[in-house]
Amino acid sequence: MLAAILAIAALAAFFGALLGYSAIHFRVEGDPIADQVESLLPQTQCGQCGYPGCRPYAEAVARGEEDINKCLPGGEAAVLALADLLGREPLAMEAEEKPPAVAVIDETACIGCTLCLQACPVDAIIGAARQLHGVIAAECTGCELCLPPCPVDCISMVPVSEGILRWRWPYPGKRAQDVNPSIPERDAA
Amino acid sequence: MRVSPMSIAHLLSNKRRLWKFHGGIHVPDEKALSNAHAIETLPLPERLVIPLHQHIGAPARPLIKVGERVLKGQMIAEPSGFISAPVHASSSGQVIAIEMHPVAHPSGLSALCAIIETDGEDTWAELPPPLSDYPQLDSELVRERIRWAGVVGMGGAAFPTSVKLVPRIDRKIHTLVVNGAECEPYITCDDRLMRERAGRILEGVRIMHHLLGVAEVLIGIEDNKPEAIEQMRLALADTDMRDYTEIIPIPTIYPSGGEKQLIRILTGKEVPTTGIPAQIGIVCQNPGSAVAVADAVLAGRPLISRVITVTGRAIAQPRNLEVPVGTMADDLIAHCGGYRQPPRKLVCGGPMMGFELKQTSVPVTKAANCLLALSAEESPDPSPALACIRCGLCAEVCPAKLLPQQLYWYARSKEFDRIQDYNLFDCIECGCCAQVCPSHIPLVQYYRYAKTEIWAREQEKRKAELARARHAAKQERLERQKQERQARLNKQKAALATKPSTDTSATAPGKAAIEAARARATAKKVAIPTDKQ
Amino acid sequence: MKSTIVSSPHVPRVNRVDRGMLQVLLALVPGIVAMIWFFGWGVLINIVLAVSFAVAAEAAVMLARGRSPLAAIGDLSAVVSAVLFAISVPPILSWWLILLGILFAIVLVKQLYGGIGYNPFNPAMAGYAFLLVSYPVAMTTWLEPSMLAEHSLSFMESLRVTLSGTLPPGLDWDVISSATPLDEMRGQLDLGMTMEQIRQSPLWGILGGHGWEWIGGWFLLGGIYLLWRRIITWHIPVAMLLGLSVCAGVFWIIDPQTYPSPAFHLFSGAAILGAFFIATDPVTACTTKRGQFLFGVAIGVIVYAIRTWGGYPDAVAFAVLLMNIAAPTIDYYTQPRVFGHGEKRL
Repeated sequence: MLAAILAIAALAAFFGALLGYSAIHFRVEGDPIADQVESLLPQTQCGQCGYPGCRPYAEAVARGEEDINKCLPGGEAAVLALADLLGREPLAMEAEEKPPAVAVIDETACIGCTLCLQACPVDAIIGAARQLHGVIAAECTGCELCLPPCPVDCISMVPVSEGILRWRWPYPGKRAQDVNPSIPERDAA
Repeated sequence: MRVSPMSIAHLLSNKRRLWKFHGGIHVPDEKALSNAHAIETLPLPERLVIPLHQHIGAPARPLIKVGERVLKGQMIAEPSGFISAPVHASSSGQVIAIEMHPVAHPSGLSALCAIIETDGEDTWAELPPPLSDYPQLDSELVRERIRWAGVVGMGGAAFPTSVKLVPRIDRKIHTLVVNGAECEPYITCDDRLMRERAGRILEGVRIMHHLLGVAEVLIGIEDNKPEAIEQMRLALADTDMRDYTEIIPIPTIYPSGGEKQLIRILTGKEVPTTGIPAQIGIVCQNPGSAVAVADAVLAGRPLISRVITVTGRAIAQPRNLEVPVGTMADDLIAHCGGYRQPPRKLVCGGPMMGFELKQTSVPVTKAANCLLALSAEESPDPSPALACIRCGLCAEVCPAKLLPQQLYWYARSKEFDRIQDYNLFDCIECGCCAQVCPSHIPLVQYYRYAKTEIWAREQEKRKAELARARHAAKQERLERQKQERQARLNKQKAALATKPSTDTSATAPGKAAIEAARARATAKKVAIPTDKQ
Repeated sequence: MKSTIVSSPHVPRVNRVDRGMLQVLLALVPGIVAMIWFFGWGVLINIVLAVSFAVAAEAAVMLARGRSPLAAIGDLSAVVSAVLFAISVPPILSWWLILLGILFAIVLVKQLYGGIGYNPFNPAMAGYAFLLVSYPVAMTTWLEPSMLAEHSLSFMESLRVTLSGTLPPGLDWDVISSATPLDEMRGQLDLGMTMEQIRQSPLWGILGGHGWEWIGGWFLLGGIYLLWRRIITWHIPVAMLLGLSVCAGVFWIIDPQTYPSPAFHLFSGAAILGAFFIATDPVTACTTKRGQFLFGVAIGVIVYAIRTWGGYPDAVAFAVLLMNIAAPTIDYYTQPRVFGHGEKRL
């Protein structure tokens, strides 16, 4: 009887120590899930999800407090990727996806008020007070946050043209699909 | 290495040993349609549409203005990077527009082109002097000449030739392979070039041999082109290049003219995945590029014309034409007698790897080697695709030794991570798998779709990463500014300042100013005033 | 011109699924003729019934799925499955057993997984195995080969047996039926007899079972035809027969009185048919060459193991089904070295 109690106690102590050691030694700083979620978001920092930027939304999703279909710029692709990562059911997007666009400032109307500079989450607008502002197209995420503050409505969103260099081969036409729908894969591992 | 009866036979006959690549297919070569006629020169067209981006790499920067008069051979766009190439005017005339014009591309989209109305005089610009004594000159000078001439790979890829002629520091280039295989059915432009201008090709080869300092030159030609082999051998016999150059007939099997496949056939070496031939000490060039190199160095002429095969059973008189770059496909077809029967498909390039043209008003580029007008019998619409039955025929013919059925599976289900586990990017898109597929699945399109999709996603990912970093930087800056302001305020308070602090940061330039400006702007723009603020 | 973008190649396609299936059916003909010769018209009746049921079942499922039934039937895969099933079951089998087997094969095993190309198991063998475990007596009652039988059933008699399940008056099951050579062999060995004694039986021919060896030979011919027409490659059949004969050979050398010779194993039962026509079903077999070889060897070894120590006299169906499960895994680990990749994967 005593031997059994001692043995169990010893085992408990050993595993307890092991757990304690692991908790200290393998401690992960930060929230790895939130990091992974964030890496799947398009980083437009647009706030259309209702959070002030992608990181806060990623954290809310990682905590399980928020649905995964709030990211409009990410669209369906982001929903599917998040569903895959988090093991949640993919949800339909609530709003329609917009084609990628960049902000363009109407040079004849801009009054150089710098309000859009402050609104831009990624500093993609350059300019100074009473100077004409310009958008760095390569760094504009198309978040539209600069539209509301502009007092003269001189900013418009211009869709990014497809162009030969950005062109993608289309998914083979319906002819390839109509015989068999997508069916679970048959493969090992 | 397995010893096959073939290799023993080669040893005994003292012939060069050839290797095999996995798979490949035999397709009716259809070369007899167009290889009987000598290369014809197309009369100068009235209008040239010269695309300013005809090569792999950075686009060229236009040097001309609308309305300007240009001369034949004048550079109209300069390279904008190391991997880039200039573009020259193919004839003299007036630039009437620099605008987006449909070009030969699978998408049918437009690209920036210079449109020149020719004056019919074909006046040459002042050309640089010939560098006939190139062996005595600085190699850099010769390479610069080739770069100036805008020579690119004329087999289809259009990689700037001068870049490939730079000796590598990390590895010595020991072999120059000239790709005269021309394995695609129908195409005969290299065949005719080798028959008619063998000497010029060898001149170009000699220059490249000199620039690279290679020990040997291997010219691989498929054995369905006996005349080309004969002419090249005759031309070689007259030169002092015999010591290091060999003309090697290779068995006719598609895709022996793929760069990696040809190198394997001739040397037994495999170009490493994601690598280039230079990593194994080999450089591969096309006969057309060799002629262009010879023209550039020995005559000071830029690359402004090329030989293109116009063929297919829908063409009345299939043949090879020497055409100025920028000639419209319409003009080529008209010169070949128009259509014999309504074409089912117009293809730019060969039937195995080329792409369908949506319209004929597209210009010939430096890389366009063939214009095909295929009749309905030659290119029937494949019957509707059936399910993959995993028969494995595709894997048997794949020259890259991939498992096309697995690639198809993951491309179809858009699993872009898994598809890369199966080495999607080793696929050369040769089309063997699709040709043999009994279910008629458009396999190559699935792979092209997956490749472009993966590239696009990688680009998006990079862009997202950039945006995240910039956002983080902005947050940090705002935070810092806030702290600095706070610190300043504290300091001023401590100093018992009587004046109220003036905020220097760009928070609000004053409502009144904005209102005034707004009134001005509204008056100017007749915009509807909003009250978003 | 069309508006959709279609990728190269722009050449006619050289192969077609239905043509391949037709070649398989063609290659089966000699063996089937031999089977009819030795086992009577029941074989043909089986085939006709099975094919009709299979085509009807396939069409019904396609209609239920809202797809064109003609396209599905047109690929002939259901016909091939039905024929393979029909020549695997005993020559005299009630029509409803055939229907049951075909429904299991076509509806459950093939169509419920998504139809051709998506079924993990060989439909014909799944149907056969399903009947074998459910109706073992009916499924092991074979006819006596014609030259040994006291009475050979005429066409009408066969039809009557198949449709009504009763024998013509004056005939007894014992008179017309017999065990298969493999069954006989197992039974006699279990009774402690030696090979020499067993081979005295009239059921025995030169190599394997009387009549069976000829059927095997004709199927072999059909298989060689398929190899020649490049419908199949040598890997699976050769590997399977090799696996079977090496196992048989080893034990035969150790004790020829207890273990039958490799020739007996090859030419009795469904070894040849299985090697060339059943294990080579592309959908359910391995697709890499090395994988196919492994797949074949494993089937051969399993066949030998079940025949020798297992509960059933023949085992091609079970061996094939077992290896069907393993095929994707084998494929994964036997990927060929891709061009330009120095090291082998995995």
